[in-house]
Amino acid sequence: MGPVFGPVLIGIVMQTKRTVFQARLLPYALLAPQLIITLIFFVWPALQAVRQSFMREDPFGLSEKFVWFQNYTRLIGDASYLNSLSVTFVFAAGVTAVSMTVSLLFAVCVNRAIKSGRFYTTMLVWPYALAPAASGLLWWFMFNPSVGLIPYVLNMVGYDWNHRLHEGDAMILIIIAASWKQISYNFLFFVAGLQSVPHSLTEAAAIDGAGPVKRFWTVVFPLLSPTAFFLAVINITYAMFDTLPIIDAVTTGGPSQSTNILVYKVYADGFIGLSLGPSAAQSVVLMLIVVLLTVVQFRWVERKVQY
Amino acid sequence: MVENRPFLSFLTHLVLIVGVLIVVFPVYLAFIASTHGPTDFMSGLVPLLPGDQMVANYGYLLGSGESTAGAPPFTLMLLNSLWMALLIAFGKISISILSAFAIVYFRFPLRTVAFWVIFMTLMLPIEVRILPTYKVVADLGMLNSYSGLVIPVIASATATFLFRQFFLTVPEELMEAARVDGAGPMKFFRDILLPLSRTNIAALFIIMFIYGWNQYLWPMLITTEPHYYTVVMGIKRLANVLDGDNQWNLVMTGVILAGLPPVLVIIFMQRLFVKGLVETEK
Repeated sequence: MGPVFGPVLIGIVMQTKRTVFQARLLPYALLAPQLIITLIFFVWPALQAVRQSFMREDPFGLSEKFVWFQNYTRLIGDASYLNSLSVTFVFAAGVTAVSMTVSLLFAVCVNRAIKSGRFYTTMLVWPYALAPAASGLLWWFMFNPSVGLIPYVLNMVGYDWNHRLHEGDAMILIIIAASWKQISYNFLFFVAGLQSVPHSLTEAAAIDGAGPVKRFWTVVFPLLSPTAFFLAVINITYAMFDTLPIIDAVTTGGPSQSTNILVYKVYADGFIGLSLGPSAAQSVVLMLIVVLLTVVQFRWVERKVQY
Repeated sequence: MVENRPFLSFLTHLVLIVGVLIVVFPVYLAFIASTHGPTDFMSGLVPLLPGDQMVANYGYLLGSGESTAGAPPFTLMLLNSLWMALLIAFGKISISILSAFAIVYFRFPLRTVAFWVIFMTLMLPIEVRILPTYKVVADLGMLNSYSGLVIPVIASATATFLFRQFFLTVPEELMEAARVDGAGPMKFFRDILLPLSRTNIAALFIIMFIYGWNQYLWPMLITTEPHYYTVVMGIKRLANVLDGDNQWNLVMTGVILAGLPPVLVIIFMQRLFVKGLVETEK
Protein backbone atom coordinates (compact mmCIF):
# COMPACT_ATOMS: atom_id res chain seq x y z
CA MET A 1 0.00 0.00 0.00
CA GLY A 2 1.16 3.50 -0.75
CA PRO A 3 1.44 6.27 1.81
CA VAL A 4 -1.79 7.02 3.63
CA PHE A 5 -2.86 10.63 3.46
CA GLY A 6 -5.26 12.16 5.93
CA PRO A 7 -6.43 10.56 9.11
CA VAL A 8 -5.32 7.02 9.74
CA LEU A 9 -8.96 6.02 10.03
CA ILE A 10 -9.53 6.55 6.33
CA GLY A 11 -6.49 4.39 5.65
CA ILE A 12 -7.98 1.58 7.72
CA VAL A 13 -11.38 2.07 6.19
CA MET A 14 -10.18 1.72 2.66
CA GLN A 15 -8.36 -1.55 3.21
CA THR A 16 -9.55 -4.46 1.06
CA LYS A 17 -8.25 -7.86 0.20
CA ARG A 18 -5.20 -8.09 -2.09
CA THR A 19 -7.38 -9.73 -4.68
CA VAL A 20 -11.05 -8.90 -4.89
CA PHE A 21 -14.07 -10.36 -6.65
CA GLN A 22 -15.03 -8.85 -9.98
CA ALA A 23 -18.67 -7.87 -10.09
CA ARG A 24 -20.34 -4.68 -11.21
CA LEU A 25 -23.71 -4.72 -9.45
CA LEU A 26 -23.35 -7.30 -6.69
CA PRO A 27 -21.59 -5.06 -4.13
CA TYR A 28 -24.35 -2.47 -4.44
CA ALA A 29 -26.99 -5.13 -3.95
CA LEU A 30 -25.19 -6.37 -0.85
CA LEU A 31 -25.02 -2.88 0.59
CA ALA A 32 -28.54 -1.88 -0.40
CA PRO A 33 -30.51 -3.02 2.70
CA GLN A 34 -28.15 -1.27 5.11
CA LEU A 35 -27.90 1.91 3.01
CA ILE A 36 -31.62 2.20 2.31
CA ILE A 37 -32.50 1.87 6.00
CA THR A 38 -29.78 4.32 6.97
CA LEU A 39 -30.90 6.91 4.43
CA ILE A 40 -34.65 6.62 5.17
CA PHE A 41 -34.58 6.32 8.96
CA PHE A 42 -31.34 8.08 9.93
CA VAL A 43 -30.05 10.57 7.39
CA TRP A 44 -33.34 11.92 6.08
CA PRO A 45 -34.87 12.54 9.54
CA ALA A 46 -31.61 14.16 10.66
CA LEU A 47 -31.74 16.52 7.66
CA GLN A 48 -35.38 17.27 8.50
CA ALA A 49 -34.36 18.17 12.04
CA VAL A 50 -31.70 20.53 10.70
CA ARG A 51 -34.21 22.16 8.31
CA GLN A 52 -36.86 22.41 11.01
CA SER A 53 -34.39 24.09 13.36
CA PHE A 54 -34.34 27.13 11.06
CA MET A 55 -38.14 27.32 10.82
CA ARG A 56 -40.90 28.56 13.05
CA GLU A 57 -44.44 27.23 12.83
CA ASP A 58 -47.51 29.23 13.72
CA PRO A 59 -49.43 27.86 16.71
CA PHE A 60 -51.86 25.93 14.54
CA GLY A 61 -49.16 24.26 12.46
CA LEU A 62 -50.62 25.70 9.27
CA SER A 63 -47.63 27.60 7.98
CA GLU A 64 -43.97 27.94 8.72
CA LYS A 65 -41.41 30.54 7.98
CA PHE A 66 -37.65 30.68 7.79
CA VAL A 67 -36.24 32.42 10.85
CA TRP A 68 -32.49 31.93 10.41
CA PHE A 69 -30.83 31.24 13.76
CA GLN A 70 -33.68 32.54 15.89
CA ASN A 71 -34.44 29.13 17.42
CA TYR A 72 -30.79 28.84 18.42
CA THR A 73 -30.43 32.33 19.82
CA ARG A 74 -33.58 31.77 21.86
CA LEU A 75 -32.06 28.60 23.29
CA ILE A 76 -29.07 30.55 24.55
CA GLY A 77 -31.37 33.00 26.29
CA ASP A 78 -33.74 30.32 27.61
CA ALA A 79 -33.28 29.82 31.35
CA SER A 80 -34.81 26.32 31.28
CA TYR A 81 -32.38 25.26 28.54
CA LEU A 82 -29.38 26.60 30.43
CA ASN A 83 -30.65 24.81 33.50
CA SER A 84 -30.90 21.60 31.47
CA LEU A 85 -27.32 22.08 30.29
CA SER A 86 -25.98 22.37 33.80
CA VAL A 87 -28.15 19.48 35.03
CA THR A 88 -26.74 17.32 32.21
CA PHE A 89 -23.21 18.34 33.11
CA VAL A 90 -23.63 17.44 36.80
CA PHE A 91 -25.38 14.19 35.94
CA ALA A 92 -22.83 13.05 33.31
CA ALA A 93 -19.87 13.97 35.54
CA GLY A 94 -21.49 12.22 38.51
CA VAL A 95 -22.30 9.02 36.63
CA THR A 96 -18.88 8.85 34.98
CA ALA A 97 -16.99 9.46 38.24
CA VAL A 98 -19.06 7.15 40.44
CA SER A 99 -19.37 4.23 38.10
CA MET A 100 -15.75 4.32 36.87
CA THR A 101 -14.27 4.57 40.36
CA VAL A 102 -16.39 1.74 41.72
CA SER A 103 -15.76 -0.53 38.73
CA LEU A 104 -12.02 0.10 38.79
CA LEU A 105 -11.94 -0.90 42.44
CA PHE A 106 -13.86 -4.12 41.69
CA ALA A 107 -11.69 -4.89 38.66
CA VAL A 108 -8.48 -4.49 40.65
CA CYS A 109 -9.86 -6.84 43.30
CA VAL A 110 -11.04 -9.46 40.80
CA ASN A 111 -7.63 -9.32 39.16
CA ARG A 112 -6.06 -10.17 42.54
CA ALA A 113 -8.54 -12.87 43.52
CA ILE A 114 -7.40 -15.33 40.89
CA LYS A 115 -9.21 -18.45 42.06
CA SER A 116 -12.61 -16.93 42.74
CA GLY A 117 -12.36 -14.23 40.06
CA ARG A 118 -14.72 -16.02 37.70
CA PHE A 119 -17.46 -16.34 40.28
CA TYR A 120 -17.25 -12.66 41.21
CA THR A 121 -17.20 -11.67 37.55
CA THR A 122 -20.44 -13.56 36.90
CA MET A 123 -22.04 -11.94 39.91
CA LEU A 124 -20.96 -8.45 38.86
CA VAL A 125 -21.69 -8.40 35.12
CA TRP A 126 -25.34 -9.33 34.78
CA PRO A 127 -26.83 -5.84 35.44
CA TYR A 128 -25.62 -5.08 31.91
CA ALA A 129 -28.60 -7.12 30.70
CA LEU A 130 -31.20 -5.08 32.57
CA ALA A 131 -33.04 -2.37 30.69
CA PRO A 132 -32.21 1.14 31.96
CA ALA A 133 -35.91 1.55 32.75
CA ALA A 134 -35.83 -1.58 34.91
CA SER A 135 -32.72 -0.47 36.77
CA GLY A 136 -34.37 2.91 37.31
CA LEU A 137 -37.43 1.24 38.80
CA LEU A 138 -35.34 -0.95 41.10
CA TRP A 139 -33.74 2.12 42.65
CA TRP A 140 -37.02 4.04 42.56
CA PHE A 141 -38.35 1.27 44.80
CA MET A 142 -35.28 1.21 47.09
CA PHE A 143 -35.68 4.97 47.56
CA ASN A 144 -39.48 5.08 47.59
CA PRO A 145 -40.40 7.71 50.22
CA SER A 146 -43.36 5.66 51.51
CA VAL A 147 -41.92 2.17 51.84
CA GLY A 148 -38.32 2.26 50.56
CA LEU A 149 -35.55 0.77 52.65
CA ILE A 150 -33.05 3.60 52.22
CA PRO A 151 -35.39 6.49 53.22
CA TYR A 152 -36.33 4.37 56.24
CA VAL A 153 -32.69 4.05 57.27
CA LEU A 154 -31.97 7.70 56.46
CA ASN A 155 -34.95 8.72 58.54
CA MET A 156 -33.43 7.00 61.56
CA VAL A 157 -30.35 9.18 61.27
CA GLY A 158 -32.54 12.25 60.87
CA TYR A 159 -32.52 12.80 57.10
CA ASP A 160 -35.88 13.28 55.43
CA TRP A 161 -35.41 11.71 51.97
CA ASN A 162 -37.92 12.70 49.33
CA HIS A 163 -36.81 12.79 45.72
CA ARG A 164 -40.26 13.97 44.66
CA LEU A 165 -39.74 17.23 46.50
CA HIS A 166 -36.01 17.72 47.03
CA GLU A 167 -33.98 18.50 43.94
CA GLY A 168 -30.70 17.20 45.37
CA ASP A 169 -32.29 13.89 46.34
CA ALA A 170 -33.66 13.42 42.83
CA MET A 171 -30.26 14.02 41.26
CA ILE A 172 -28.56 11.59 43.66
CA LEU A 173 -31.19 8.97 42.87
CA ILE A 174 -30.74 9.10 39.10
CA ILE A 175 -26.95 9.18 39.42
CA ILE A 176 -27.05 6.04 41.56
CA ALA A 177 -29.48 4.23 39.26
CA ALA A 178 -27.52 5.14 36.12
CA SER A 179 -24.12 4.34 37.64
CA TRP A 180 -25.27 1.00 39.03
CA LYS A 181 -26.38 -0.12 35.60
CA GLN A 182 -23.05 0.90 34.04
CA ILE A 183 -20.74 -0.79 36.60
CA SER A 184 -20.69 -4.12 34.79
CA TYR A 185 -19.65 -2.54 31.50
CA ASN A 186 -16.77 -0.53 32.95
CA PHE A 187 -15.74 -3.47 35.09
CA LEU A 188 -15.30 -5.78 32.09
CA PHE A 189 -13.15 -3.26 30.22
CA PHE A 190 -11.01 -2.53 33.27
CA VAL A 191 -10.48 -6.27 33.84
CA ALA A 192 -9.41 -6.66 30.21
CA GLY A 193 -7.06 -3.69 30.62
CA LEU A 194 -5.56 -5.04 33.85
CA GLN A 195 -4.97 -8.45 32.33
CA SER A 196 -2.90 -6.91 29.57
CA VAL A 197 -0.47 -5.32 32.05
CA PRO A 198 2.71 -7.46 31.79
CA HIS A 199 3.52 -9.41 34.94
CA SER A 200 7.21 -8.75 34.46
CA LEU A 201 6.61 -5.04 35.13
CA THR A 202 4.75 -5.47 38.41
CA GLU A 203 7.27 -8.11 39.50
CA ALA A 204 10.19 -5.84 38.74
CA ALA A 205 8.55 -3.06 40.76
CA ALA A 206 7.98 -5.49 43.64
CA ILE A 207 11.63 -6.54 43.61
CA ASP A 208 12.57 -2.87 43.74
CA GLY A 209 10.56 -2.69 46.94
CA ALA A 210 7.35 -1.00 45.75
CA GLY A 211 4.31 -2.07 47.80
CA PRO A 212 0.96 -2.96 46.20
CA VAL A 213 -0.47 0.55 46.45
CA LYS A 214 2.61 2.21 45.02
CA ARG A 215 2.81 -0.42 42.27
CA PHE A 216 -0.77 0.31 41.31
CA TRP A 217 -0.31 4.06 41.00
CA THR A 218 3.13 4.08 39.37
CA VAL A 219 3.00 1.01 37.11
CA VAL A 220 -0.51 -0.30 36.56
CA PHE A 221 -2.56 2.88 36.48
CA PRO A 222 -0.53 4.68 33.79
CA LEU A 223 -0.87 1.59 31.58
CA LEU A 224 -4.63 1.64 32.15
CA SER A 225 -5.02 5.26 31.13
CA PRO A 226 -6.01 4.53 27.49
CA THR A 227 -8.78 2.23 28.77
CA ALA A 228 -9.83 4.83 31.30
CA PHE A 229 -9.96 7.55 28.67
CA PHE A 230 -12.00 5.39 26.31
CA LEU A 231 -14.40 4.48 29.14
CA ALA A 232 -14.77 8.12 30.14
CA VAL A 233 -15.99 8.98 26.63
CA ILE A 234 -18.32 5.96 26.57
CA ASN A 235 -19.71 6.85 30.02
CA ILE A 236 -20.35 10.46 29.11
CA THR A 237 -22.16 9.31 25.97
CA TYR A 238 -24.14 6.80 28.02
CA ALA A 239 -25.12 9.36 30.64
CA MET A 240 -26.12 11.93 28.06
CA PHE A 241 -28.10 9.72 25.70
CA ASP A 242 -28.90 6.22 26.97
CA THR A 243 -30.35 7.24 30.32
CA LEU A 244 -33.57 8.73 28.96
CA PRO A 245 -35.58 5.67 30.17
CA ILE A 246 -34.19 6.09 33.69
CA ILE A 247 -35.29 9.72 33.83
CA ASP A 248 -38.66 8.88 32.31
CA ALA A 249 -39.32 6.02 34.71
CA VAL A 250 -37.98 7.64 37.88
CA THR A 251 -38.37 11.43 37.92
CA THR A 252 -39.77 12.58 34.53
CA GLY A 253 -37.34 15.46 34.78
CA GLY A 254 -38.58 16.85 38.05
CA PRO A 255 -38.91 18.12 40.69
CA SER A 256 -38.93 21.59 39.12
CA GLN A 257 -36.68 20.58 36.17
CA SER A 258 -33.85 19.47 38.44
CA THR A 259 -33.29 16.21 36.53
CA ASN A 260 -34.37 17.40 33.10
CA ILE A 261 -31.29 16.36 31.11
CA LEU A 262 -30.92 17.51 27.49
CA VAL A 263 -32.24 14.36 25.78
CA TYR A 264 -35.22 14.26 28.07
CA LYS A 265 -35.96 17.91 27.38
CA VAL A 266 -35.84 17.33 23.62
CA TYR A 267 -38.25 14.45 24.00
CA ALA A 268 -40.56 16.33 26.36
CA ASP A 269 -40.56 19.60 24.40
CA GLY A 270 -40.94 17.93 21.02
CA PHE A 271 -43.19 14.99 21.66
CA ILE A 272 -45.26 16.13 24.57
CA GLY A 273 -45.04 19.92 24.14
CA LEU A 274 -45.07 19.78 20.30
CA SER A 275 -42.96 22.90 19.80
CA LEU A 276 -41.19 21.84 16.60
CA GLY A 277 -38.65 24.53 15.79
CA PRO A 278 -37.10 24.95 19.25
CA SER A 279 -37.09 21.18 19.80
CA ALA A 280 -35.34 20.69 16.44
CA ALA A 281 -32.71 23.27 17.38
CA GLN A 282 -32.07 21.31 20.58
CA SER A 283 -31.78 18.11 18.51
CA VAL A 284 -29.16 19.67 16.28
CA VAL A 285 -27.12 20.80 19.29
CA LEU A 286 -27.26 17.22 20.60
CA MET A 287 -26.19 15.89 17.21
CA LEU A 288 -23.12 18.12 17.32
CA ILE A 289 -22.31 16.77 20.78
CA VAL A 290 -22.55 13.16 19.55
CA VAL A 291 -20.36 13.98 16.56
CA LEU A 292 -17.78 15.48 18.89
CA LEU A 293 -17.85 12.49 21.25
CA THR A 294 -17.62 10.03 18.34
CA VAL A 295 -14.62 11.83 16.87
CA VAL A 296 -12.87 11.80 20.25
CA GLN A 297 -13.66 8.11 20.66
CA PHE A 298 -12.31 7.21 17.23
CA ARG A 299 -9.16 9.19 17.73
CA TRP A 300 -8.55 6.90 20.67
CA VAL A 301 -8.97 3.86 18.42
CA GLU A 302 -6.63 5.46 15.92
CA ARG A 303 -3.87 5.93 18.48
CA LYS A 304 -4.32 2.39 19.65
CA VAL A 305 -3.90 1.12 16.11
CA GLN A 306 -0.63 2.97 15.75
CA TYR A 307 0.92 1.45 18.87
CA MET B 1 -0.16 -12.03 42.42
CA VAL B 2 3.35 -10.88 43.09
CA GLU B 3 3.64 -11.67 46.78
CA ASN B 4 1.47 -13.13 49.50
CA ARG B 5 -0.22 -10.58 51.72
CA PRO B 6 -2.98 -12.13 53.80
CA PHE B 7 -4.48 -8.82 54.90
CA LEU B 8 -4.68 -7.53 51.34
CA SER B 9 -6.34 -10.76 50.20
CA PHE B 10 -8.87 -10.39 52.98
CA LEU B 11 -9.54 -6.81 51.91
CA THR B 12 -9.90 -7.91 48.28
CA HIS B 13 -12.60 -10.40 49.15
CA LEU B 14 -14.31 -7.96 51.45
CA VAL B 15 -14.55 -5.35 48.68
CA LEU B 16 -15.84 -7.92 46.22
CA ILE B 17 -18.45 -9.24 48.61
CA VAL B 18 -19.67 -5.71 49.26
CA GLY B 19 -19.66 -5.21 45.48
CA VAL B 20 -21.78 -8.27 44.86
CA LEU B 21 -24.16 -7.11 47.58
CA ILE B 22 -24.52 -3.69 45.97
CA VAL B 23 -25.24 -5.33 42.64
CA VAL B 24 -27.58 -8.03 43.92
CA PHE B 25 -29.45 -6.34 46.73
CA PRO B 26 -31.85 -4.12 44.72
CA VAL B 27 -32.92 -7.16 42.73
CA TYR B 28 -33.26 -9.26 45.88
CA LEU B 29 -35.51 -6.62 47.38
CA ALA B 30 -37.57 -6.45 44.19
CA PHE B 31 -37.98 -10.21 44.21
CA ILE B 32 -39.04 -10.18 47.87
CA ALA B 33 -41.59 -7.46 47.14
CA SER B 34 -42.95 -9.55 44.27
CA THR B 35 -43.83 -12.35 46.69
CA HIS B 36 -46.02 -10.21 48.95
CA GLY B 37 -49.56 -8.90 48.90
CA PRO B 38 -50.21 -5.12 48.84
CA THR B 39 -51.17 -5.02 52.53
CA ASP B 40 -47.70 -6.18 53.57
CA PHE B 41 -46.37 -2.69 52.84
CA MET B 42 -48.63 -1.03 55.42
CA SER B 43 -45.94 -0.95 58.10
CA GLY B 44 -44.12 1.70 56.05
CA LEU B 45 -41.16 -0.52 55.27
CA VAL B 46 -40.58 -3.14 52.60
CA PRO B 47 -40.55 -6.71 53.91
CA LEU B 48 -37.09 -8.29 53.85
CA LEU B 49 -38.14 -11.95 53.73
CA PRO B 50 -40.25 -13.76 51.11
CA GLY B 51 -44.01 -13.79 51.44
CA ASP B 52 -46.60 -16.24 50.16
CA GLN B 53 -48.15 -14.29 47.30
CA MET B 54 -45.57 -15.16 44.65
CA VAL B 55 -47.77 -17.48 42.60
CA ALA B 56 -50.70 -15.07 42.87
CA ASN B 57 -48.70 -12.02 41.72
CA TYR B 58 -46.89 -13.68 38.83
CA GLY B 59 -50.00 -15.56 37.81
CA TYR B 60 -52.05 -12.37 37.84
CA LEU B 61 -49.63 -10.35 35.70
CA LEU B 62 -48.85 -13.16 33.26
CA GLY B 63 -52.47 -14.18 32.94
CA SER B 64 -54.65 -11.09 32.97
CA GLY B 65 -52.28 -8.12 33.27
CA GLU B 66 -53.30 -4.82 34.77
CA SER B 67 -55.83 -3.27 32.43
CA THR B 68 -56.27 -0.13 34.58
CA ALA B 69 -52.57 0.61 33.99
CA GLY B 70 -52.84 0.03 30.25
CA ALA B 71 -50.86 -3.16 30.63
CA PRO B 72 -52.05 -6.21 28.70
CA PRO B 73 -51.12 -9.68 30.01
CA PHE B 74 -47.38 -9.97 30.49
CA THR B 75 -47.35 -13.19 28.47
CA LEU B 76 -48.29 -11.12 25.43
CA MET B 77 -45.76 -8.36 26.17
CA LEU B 78 -42.97 -10.87 26.85
CA LEU B 79 -43.69 -12.58 23.53
CA ASN B 80 -43.70 -9.21 21.75
CA SER B 81 -40.35 -8.35 23.33
CA LEU B 82 -38.90 -11.73 22.43
CA TRP B 83 -40.10 -11.43 18.86
CA MET B 84 -38.80 -7.85 18.58
CA ALA B 85 -35.41 -8.70 20.12
CA LEU B 86 -34.89 -11.75 17.89
CA LEU B 87 -35.86 -9.86 14.74
CA ILE B 88 -33.63 -6.90 15.62
CA ALA B 89 -30.64 -9.15 16.35
CA PHE B 90 -31.22 -11.20 13.21
CA GLY B 91 -31.81 -8.11 11.06
CA LYS B 92 -28.76 -6.22 12.30
CA ILE B 93 -26.47 -9.17 11.78
CA SER B 94 -27.81 -10.06 8.31
CA ILE B 95 -27.58 -6.63 6.78
CA SER B 96 -24.26 -5.86 8.45
CA ILE B 97 -22.48 -9.03 7.42
CA LEU B 98 -23.55 -8.41 3.80
CA SER B 99 -22.33 -4.80 3.93
CA ALA B 100 -18.99 -5.83 5.41
CA PHE B 101 -18.60 -8.50 2.73
CA ALA B 102 -19.19 -5.90 0.01
CA ILE B 103 -16.74 -3.44 1.57
CA VAL B 104 -13.90 -5.90 2.12
CA TYR B 105 -14.16 -8.22 -0.89
CA PHE B 106 -15.03 -5.79 -3.69
CA ARG B 107 -13.62 -2.59 -5.13
CA PHE B 108 -16.24 -0.35 -6.67
CA PRO B 109 -16.98 3.33 -7.18
CA LEU B 110 -18.54 5.07 -4.12
CA ARG B 111 -17.14 2.49 -1.71
CA THR B 112 -15.87 5.24 0.61
CA VAL B 113 -19.17 7.08 0.43
CA ALA B 114 -21.07 3.93 1.37
CA PHE B 115 -18.76 3.42 4.30
CA TRP B 116 -19.24 6.93 5.62
CA VAL B 117 -23.01 6.71 5.28
CA ILE B 118 -22.95 3.59 7.46
CA PHE B 119 -20.55 5.31 9.84
CA MET B 120 -23.01 8.19 10.25
CA THR B 121 -25.55 5.97 12.03
CA LEU B 122 -23.17 6.08 15.00
CA MET B 123 -23.63 9.81 15.21
CA LEU B 124 -27.42 9.83 14.91
CA PRO B 125 -28.93 8.03 17.88
CA ILE B 126 -32.73 7.99 17.94
CA GLU B 127 -32.78 10.53 20.78
CA VAL B 128 -31.55 13.33 18.51
CA ARG B 129 -34.03 12.75 15.69
CA ILE B 130 -37.15 11.59 17.51
CA LEU B 131 -39.84 13.66 15.81
CA PRO B 132 -38.77 13.46 12.16
CA THR B 133 -38.14 9.71 12.43
CA TYR B 134 -41.55 9.24 13.95
CA LYS B 135 -43.02 11.21 11.07
CA VAL B 136 -41.27 9.05 8.44
CA VAL B 137 -42.52 5.88 10.10
CA ALA B 138 -46.03 7.29 10.36
CA ASP B 139 -45.99 8.33 6.68
CA LEU B 140 -44.93 4.83 5.71
CA GLY B 141 -47.88 3.43 7.67
CA MET B 142 -45.60 1.47 9.99
CA LEU B 143 -47.03 2.64 13.33
CA ASN B 144 -48.33 -0.23 15.45
CA SER B 145 -46.60 -2.98 13.54
CA TYR B 146 -43.68 -5.33 14.05
CA SER B 147 -41.97 -3.93 10.97
CA GLY B 148 -42.18 -0.46 12.54
CA LEU B 149 -40.66 -1.76 15.78
CA VAL B 150 -37.81 -3.50 14.01
CA ILE B 151 -36.81 -2.10 10.61
CA PRO B 152 -35.95 1.49 11.59
CA VAL B 153 -33.44 0.32 14.19
CA ILE B 154 -31.59 -2.47 12.37
CA ALA B 155 -28.95 -0.39 10.60
CA SER B 156 -25.73 -1.04 12.48
CA ALA B 157 -22.34 0.53 12.06
CA THR B 158 -20.82 -1.37 14.98
CA ALA B 159 -21.82 -4.77 13.60
CA THR B 160 -20.55 -3.80 10.15
CA PHE B 161 -17.20 -2.69 11.62
CA LEU B 162 -16.88 -5.90 13.62
CA PHE B 163 -17.44 -8.14 10.59
CA ARG B 164 -15.18 -5.98 8.47
CA GLN B 165 -12.44 -6.30 11.06
CA PHE B 166 -12.91 -10.06 11.15
CA PHE B 167 -12.97 -10.48 7.35
CA LEU B 168 -9.66 -8.65 7.09
CA THR B 169 -8.07 -11.34 9.27
CA VAL B 170 -9.38 -14.19 7.10
CA PRO B 171 -6.39 -15.55 5.11
CA GLU B 172 -6.22 -14.33 1.51
CA GLU B 173 -5.44 -17.87 0.37
CA LEU B 174 -8.96 -19.06 1.16
CA MET B 175 -10.46 -16.68 -1.34
CA GLU B 176 -7.79 -17.34 -3.93
CA ALA B 177 -8.34 -21.09 -3.57
CA ALA B 178 -12.08 -20.62 -3.89
CA ARG B 179 -11.58 -18.57 -7.05
CA VAL B 180 -9.27 -21.21 -8.55
CA ASP B 181 -11.98 -23.77 -7.87
CA GLY B 182 -14.40 -21.56 -9.77
CA ALA B 183 -16.54 -20.49 -6.80
CA GLY B 184 -18.39 -17.20 -7.26
CA PRO B 185 -18.57 -14.53 -4.55
CA MET B 186 -21.88 -15.72 -3.05
CA LYS B 187 -20.76 -19.33 -2.93
CA PHE B 188 -17.55 -18.22 -1.19
CA PHE B 189 -19.62 -16.15 1.25
CA ARG B 190 -22.00 -18.98 2.04
CA ASP B 191 -19.62 -21.94 2.18
CA ILE B 192 -16.49 -20.34 3.63
CA LEU B 193 -17.06 -16.92 5.19
CA LEU B 194 -20.31 -17.66 7.04
CA PRO B 195 -19.05 -20.83 8.75
CA LEU B 196 -15.85 -19.02 9.76
CA SER B 197 -17.90 -16.18 11.27
CA ARG B 198 -19.99 -18.45 13.51
CA THR B 199 -18.45 -17.38 16.83
CA ASN B 200 -18.58 -13.70 15.93
CA ILE B 201 -22.19 -14.01 14.84
CA ALA B 202 -23.13 -15.75 18.10
CA ALA B 203 -21.34 -13.18 20.27
CA LEU B 204 -22.90 -10.30 18.39
CA PHE B 205 -26.30 -11.95 18.51
CA ILE B 206 -26.23 -11.87 22.31
CA ILE B 207 -25.33 -8.17 22.44
CA MET B 208 -27.94 -7.27 19.84
CA PHE B 209 -30.61 -9.42 21.48
CA ILE B 210 -30.13 -7.56 24.75
CA TYR B 211 -30.12 -4.24 22.91
CA GLY B 212 -33.36 -5.20 21.18
CA TRP B 213 -35.07 -6.50 24.29
CA ASN B 214 -34.25 -3.30 26.20
CA GLN B 215 -35.61 -0.88 23.57
CA TYR B 216 -37.66 1.76 25.35
CA LEU B 217 -38.21 5.08 23.64
CA TRP B 218 -38.88 3.70 20.17
CA PRO B 219 -41.58 1.13 21.10
CA MET B 220 -43.14 3.70 23.40
CA LEU B 221 -43.48 6.19 20.54
CA ILE B 222 -44.77 3.98 17.80
CA THR B 223 -47.06 1.53 19.60
CA THR B 224 -50.38 2.86 20.81
CA GLU B 225 -52.27 -0.44 20.57
CA PRO B 226 -51.78 -2.67 23.63
CA HIS B 227 -51.51 -5.60 21.26
CA TYR B 228 -47.98 -4.42 20.29
CA TYR B 229 -46.73 -3.31 23.72
CA THR B 230 -43.36 -4.62 24.79
CA VAL B 231 -42.51 -5.54 28.34
CA VAL B 232 -39.88 -2.86 29.12
CA MET B 233 -42.29 -0.04 28.33
CA GLY B 234 -45.04 -2.03 30.03
CA ILE B 235 -43.38 -1.93 33.43
CA LYS B 236 -43.09 1.83 33.25
CA ARG B 237 -46.82 2.22 32.64
CA LEU B 238 -47.42 -0.17 35.50
CA ALA B 239 -45.21 1.89 37.82
CA ASN B 240 -46.94 5.15 36.87
CA VAL B 241 -50.38 3.91 37.83
CA LEU B 242 -49.70 1.46 40.63
CA ASP B 243 -47.44 3.78 42.61
CA GLY B 244 -50.54 5.72 43.58
CA ASP B 245 -52.36 2.52 44.54
CA ASN B 246 -49.45 1.32 46.68
CA GLN B 247 -49.27 -1.91 44.66
CA TRP B 248 -45.48 -2.05 44.57
CA ASN B 249 -45.59 -5.83 44.76
CA LEU B 250 -47.04 -5.91 41.24
CA VAL B 251 -44.62 -3.28 39.90
CA MET B 252 -41.67 -5.30 41.16
CA THR B 253 -43.18 -8.52 39.79
CA GLY B 254 -43.23 -6.77 36.41
CA VAL B 255 -39.62 -5.61 36.76
CA ILE B 256 -38.46 -9.15 37.56
CA LEU B 257 -40.39 -10.55 34.58
CA ALA B 258 -38.95 -7.94 32.22
CA GLY B 259 -35.39 -8.40 33.47
CA LEU B 260 -35.17 -12.15 33.80
CA PRO B 261 -34.84 -13.23 30.12
CA PRO B 262 -31.84 -11.03 29.18
CA VAL B 263 -30.13 -11.67 32.53
CA LEU B 264 -30.41 -15.43 31.99
CA VAL B 265 -28.93 -15.03 28.52
CA ILE B 266 -25.88 -13.27 29.97
CA ILE B 267 -25.39 -15.68 32.85
CA PHE B 268 -25.56 -18.77 30.66
CA MET B 269 -23.54 -17.38 27.78
CA GLN B 270 -21.06 -15.25 29.68
CA ARG B 271 -18.02 -16.13 27.60
CA LEU B 272 -19.69 -15.23 24.29
CA PHE B 273 -21.23 -12.13 25.84
CA VAL B 274 -17.89 -10.79 27.06
CA LYS B 275 -16.34 -11.48 23.66
CA GLY B 276 -19.16 -9.69 21.90
CA LEU B 277 -19.09 -6.70 24.22
CA VAL B 278 -15.35 -6.12 24.22
CA GLU B 279 -15.02 -6.58 20.46
CA THR B 280 -17.91 -4.46 19.28
CA GLU B 281 -16.36 -1.46 21.01
CA LYS B 282 -13.01 -1.73 19.28
